Amino acid sequence: MDFELMINSLPKLLNATVITLKLLSLSLFFGLFIGFLFAVLRMNKNPIINKFAYGYSYVFRGTPLLVQIFIIYYGLGQVEYLRSTVLWVILKEPYWCAIIAFALNTGAYTSEILRSAFQTIKLGMIEAGKSLGISSKIIFYKIQIPIAIRQSLPAYGNEIILMLKGTSLASTVTLMDLTGVAKYIISTTFKPIEVFIVAGGIYLFMTFLVHNTIKYLERKFSY
Amino acid sequence: MELLAFGKTGWGDELFYATLMTLAVSVTAMLIGFFFALIFTPLKLSKNKFLNLIGNFYTTVIRGVPELLVIYLFFFGGSGTIMFVASMFGYFEYIEINAFITGSFAIGIISGAYSTEVFRGAIQSIDKGQFEASKVLGIKKHIQFYKVILPQMLRLAIPNLSNVWQITLKDTSLISVTGLVEIMRQSYIAAGSTRDPLFFYSFAAVLYLLLTYFSMKLINKLELKYSRGY
Repeated sequence: MDFELMINSLPKLLNATVITLKLLSLSLFFGLFIGFLFAVLRMNKNPIINKFAYGYSYVFRGTPLLVQIFIIYYGLGQVEYLRSTVLWVILKEPYWCAIIAFALNTGAYTSEILRSAFQTIKLGMIEAGKSLGISSKIIFYKIQIPIAIRQSLPAYGNEIILMLKGTSLASTVTLMDLTGVAKYIISTTFKPIEVFIVAGGIYLFMTFLVHNTIKYLERKFSY
Repeated sequence: MELLAFGKTGWGDELFYATLMTLAVSVTAMLIGFFFALIFTPLKLSKNKFLNLIGNFYTTVIRGVPELLVIYLFFFGGSGTIMFVASMFGYFEYIEINAFITGSFAIGIISGAYSTEVFRGAIQSIDKGQFEASKVLGIKKHIQFYKVILPQMLRLAIPNLSNVWQITLKDTSLISVTGLVEIMRQSYIAAGSTRDPLFFYSFAAVLYLLLTYFSMKLINKLELKYSRGY
């Protein structure tokens, strides 16, 4: 066991953790919007809109995240038309390509989590609101959304952890995130076990934090 | 479409074999995972604190660390470890292990952690009365497991195992970083030589969708079979 290497690589790995956290927070932020939008579309009564939202979540949940990143990073660059638009400023950066792929992916999972949360709301609650003469818009914002958020917390916590692990794929499109730097150190020193312990430890610590924060929120919002 | 032709002109046959490779790795990894689950589920359910700790350590570490990192550990560490063991037996030549074996093993260990959780949950949700009743009837311990607990456990576990299968199938795409020619790697090669990444990666996505779709159909049938009588 090479303890010196472990201590020396710690600052480099911690530096890379900043990128991992940036990727995670931005993709979760955009993913939440996408997820909410598609959850609402899924509950739409129009069969075409409904099918479209279902198709979106089916495709993104049924294919590996790696394929999604590669399509966006390598694939979209091939479209001549895109290269001439403003979008190209974003799409030529591996950083934003990774975030787009992550956000679309976590959006698909989030939409499923939110949809099932909305569906488990007891009809009686909505009926009670109606009978009190509350408009359906306010019922949605003041009754359905708060309950759905509480219901979806445990599943969403798992999704955050899955996404945290998912950000490691950014290293496949040249980004030096925690996994990317870990791989670099491994391939230059050939000490995989030591680096795995340090990098894995950082990941585990982050998972632990997410897990406990969600537990805390669950207790806070329980009724 | 001529890009997908079989034979020397297209990539059809290469992608077909790559799909078979993905399936082979997934099935092998799933079986290795079951093997790990077989060891670690009893540990997690054990009343012994120390054994419990080992079981929890395995599932927590593997489920909390990115799959890619585990794969790098095996890819870079695998041959080193084997050479170290071999050197103790007086063999000092360079040993390279097959990418298929390292890959299936890495994915298998990950899949095993998820399977362990599924089996643990399934066993815990079997009614306590079932254990007691079979004990009262004087059924031997191992027969109790095979004839009473296992059939009920499978019924409870199959829906969740189908999730594990999906995760495992998608995780195999990560082995492409080690150079094993499965769907992702083959698409990467094809995209590089034809300069048409959009088409090949989209086609890879379609292949994965087909694999998940048809395997789900199959698993649903199994689910029906095991839920007879309920």
